Amino acid sequence: MSIGLVGAAYVAAAILFILSLGGLSGQESAKRAVWYGIAGMALAVLATVFGPDVDNLWVVILMVAVGSVLGAMVAQRVQMTEMPQLVAALHSFVGLAAVLIGFNGHLEMGRVAALTPEAREGLTGFAAVLAHKTPVEVNIFLVELFLGVFIGAVTFTGSIVAFGKLAGRMDGKATKLPGGHMLNLGAAVFSLLMLVLYVSTGWFIWLFLMTLAALFIGYHLVMGIGGADMPVVVSMLNSYSGWAAAAIGFTLSNDLLIVTGALVGSSGAILSYIMCRAMNRSFVSVILGGFGATTGPAMEITGEQVAIDSDGVAALLDDAQSVVIIPGYGMAVAQAQQSVSELTKRLRAQGKTVRFAIHPVAGRLPGHMNVLLAEAKVPYDIVMEMDEINEDFPHTDVAIVIGSNDIVNPAAQEDPNSPIAGMPVLEVWKAKHVIVSKRGQGTGYSGIENPLFFKENTRMFYGDAKKSLDELLPKLVA
Amino acid sequence: MKIGALREIMPGEARVAMTPVSAQDIRKLGHTCLIETGAGEDSGFSDAAYRAAGVEIVPDAATLVAEADVIVKVRPPEPEEAALLREGQTLISFFYPSSNSELLEQARATGASVIAMDMVPRISRAQKMDALSSMANIAGYRAVIEAGANFGRFFTGQVTAAGKVPPAQVLIVGAGVAGLAAIGTAVSLGAVVHAFDVRPEVAEQIESMGASFVFLEFEAAQDGAATGGYAAPSSPEFREKQLAKFRELAPQMDIVITTALIPGRPAPVLWTRDMVEAMKPGSVIIDLAAERGGNCEATVPNEKFVTPNGVTVVGYTDFPSRMAAQASTLYSTNIRHMLTDLTPGKDGVLLHNMEDDVIRGATVAHHGEVTWPPPPPKIQAIASAVAKPKPRELTPSERREQETLAFKGETRRQVGMLVAGTVVLGLIGLVAPASFMSHFIVFALACFVGFQVIWSVSHSLHTPLMAVTNAISGIVILGALLQVGSGSWLIVFLAAISILIATINIVGGFLVTRRMLAMFQRS
Repeated sequence: MSIGLVGAAYVAAAILFILSLGGLSGQESAKRAVWYGIAGMALAVLATVFGPDVDNLWVVILMVAVGSVLGAMVAQRVQMTEMPQLVAALHSFVGLAAVLIGFNGHLEMGRVAALTPEAREGLTGFAAVLAHKTPVEVNIFLVELFLGVFIGAVTFTGSIVAFGKLAGRMDGKATKLPGGHMLNLGAAVFSLLMLVLYVSTGWFIWLFLMTLAALFIGYHLVMGIGGADMPVVVSMLNSYSGWAAAAIGFTLSNDLLIVTGALVGSSGAILSYIMCRAMNRSFVSVILGGFGATTGPAMEITGEQVAIDSDGVAALLDDAQSVVIIPGYGMAVAQAQQSVSELTKRLRAQGKTVRFAIHPVAGRLPGHMNVLLAEAKVPYDIVMEMDEINEDFPHTDVAIVIGSNDIVNPAAQEDPNSPIAGMPVLEVWKAKHVIVSKRGQGTGYSGIENPLFFKENTRMFYGDAKKSLDELLPKLVA
Repeated sequence: MKIGALREIMPGEARVAMTPVSAQDIRKLGHTCLIETGAGEDSGFSDAAYRAAGVEIVPDAATLVAEADVIVKVRPPEPEEAALLREGQTLISFFYPSSNSELLEQARATGASVIAMDMVPRISRAQKMDALSSMANIAGYRAVIEAGANFGRFFTGQVTAAGKVPPAQVLIVGAGVAGLAAIGTAVSLGAVVHAFDVRPEVAEQIESMGASFVFLEFEAAQDGAATGGYAAPSSPEFREKQLAKFRELAPQMDIVITTALIPGRPAPVLWTRDMVEAMKPGSVIIDLAAERGGNCEATVPNEKFVTPNGVTVVGYTDFPSRMAAQASTLYSTNIRHMLTDLTPGKDGVLLHNMEDDVIRGATVAHHGEVTWPPPPPKIQAIASAVAKPKPRELTPSERREQETLAFKGETRRQVGMLVAGTVVLGLIGLVAPASFMSHFIVFALACFVGFQVIWSVSHSLHTPLMAVTNAISGIVILGALLQVGSGSWLIVFLAAISILIATINIVGGFLVTRRMLAMFQRS
């Protein structure tokens, strides 16, 4: 395949990627969009493999084959509730690949530099590109390479920590080493120093030291962010993996890498922004971890939590005409989405209006709840966004809160001293009855008391969400 | 204590203040119950039923009043009944002290305490003894039934083989308890119901019952919460508007039910003679305010008649009594709740606690003194509605101006960003070599495209979006592919690992996305 043909294939692939992302604007077109993405990726890889610059084809074929099998196995096995950790784990792969490719770039540069001018003429591929660089271009190349490795390393450890937290293998609480953000800042300044040294000397040791510093930053940054902020972290890491790819594209002078990396990077950045806006918090405060300092004592909560059993819930549901279900992370943990779906089916069969209210940051991943509900075959046209449904709560007979806490916390509106004051929340307490399915009396991820549980029209349905719902289902009038 | 229920002597009054069921509950409070013979006959409760419930039957009123410590009845006592009262006795009944001052004076002179069921304050705790509401509920229901009996057509619209029937158009004026009950009944019979009230905050209640609120364009609407949930007299301007609206509606309405009452005043005239004349023949007017003069000018209290233009006007004043069994059940329960509050120890000892808001409010005579009107209750009846600022309707020119302003602001921002972006690009271009610049322009354009595309991605697809972008970021595989042909084994090794993990990422990411998207389905 000639260089011109490869270029054409790259243009086609870039367009396919853009169409793929654009197609995700609707559920129906999204099914087509993913095929665009697959086609674009296949085109890009094939064009590169059969292009003029690739050797050692057997290694490529072997690795792609093994990788495909492993990837397919992961994709088949993963539970939909494990999506957040899967996405985080996959991000770490991109980060690691970026680091390795960056190292390779350095090694290749060294190898090319050691050759005689005559030998350089005989080079092909990447080495040939390097061989023809002017000194200024070489400096730029080193900066790009350095950036690629830096972002890749941050993405790598950050994603691993995010994976650990989401999978429950690490404590979800925000923890920081003594020194806190000064450590991160120090590591960043150190990396900058390394950049200067590296560009001026070209020694590998500086690159390596910077990599260690970047690995530390990724680790420490995400460790300092609490589990409730994970949707932002995951989309932020998604963005980083894109920028890492773009930086690698610059080092390799590959436009398709640049375009795709930039697409992914900007999409992740926007997604993070949307998530932050949904929590009424600035991106910086999320990244710096923990909730901002409060300005006064939290409002006193009066009243008590009144429990209800499954018979009581069944009676309430029998009388209700309109029901809104508010799922949260607790539903994902208890794997209760099938039971929720069954509940929805039965209530709908009785002619009741059942809808779902999804808060933008429900769960641990943007759109987490939508995916779980879709898996359980809940029709997507009854799944509403916060803005679509918030006005309807006063006309709702029963609101069922399943495993969500902060996103239905009235303190966000009522208590100016609450750490989540001003965060848009689902106004479930305006419904005639609120049933909260919850494991115990503890607080949510943010550790904030929820006055909703103490409201007069709230009943607490204690127990594991799945078990409680399975207990409830047979009691509903069929 | 002995609780005695009198037989109602007012002609046509069929209700009774004690039923066998309520008597049993009263006895649980430690009291004994007496009843005048035949008192429950008209409501369907025989002496035998009372006896079975443990109630002692007394032959006449005089004996009963002589024996009982507490007298319960429905209607205000007639002068001859009041004359029988003695000091220390308690009378519980409707009393209407504002219009019965002579009777009140007579009762006070006897030294007996009088608890007026119509004076129970409207606070949440007292709802269980709010007899006015329970009676109004029945009146509202009965009004619709009465209207139906006098209306020659269906309520519900039907399309039958024998032709099409339009639904009855019902207008309910005054959405208090009676009005709301009437709305509910008429709606469930299938009529198209419109309702009007001077208190705008009840619009929501009206709509919740399934009627449409007749909206009146008027600025200073009154807040009913300030008057304990009752309507207050309205200004002449408001009244004019209101009547004009009714005049407009009159020819279209088949059934009009008026329930408008203002506490302590004659009923406001809302349905004038010309409106009656404008109505179609066969239409029905039910005036629930007939006892207080009537909302309709044509109303004759206690009578039903047909106007020359064929409109039936019903002015009965005894709607609750027309459903005596139901009314007695509810009223006796209200009385029983009042007795429960009066017997806090459940030991048969009456404690007339004048510190209690509810008891104090309902007591109109006590220990030889008139205790009416009561001081305002300590608890406010209804939280006053928080005034919501309405967004002002913009005139077209203002809106256009605003749009132009927004447009200008947008333009300025975009141009500013473009200029800044160009300057930055230019600065980079000054120092960077041409080969870098060509890549950099591609990069900047791709970022721009990315921003434009992602904004339109729907919220529910954010997880698939992440999975797709994650799979696509596996494009770093290209870098590894380009390097794998190197002459150095170390580079080949590292590149091979990169290819491996990038492939896992690509394949895993796309397959998982496909799995996810396949699950989204329409209902």
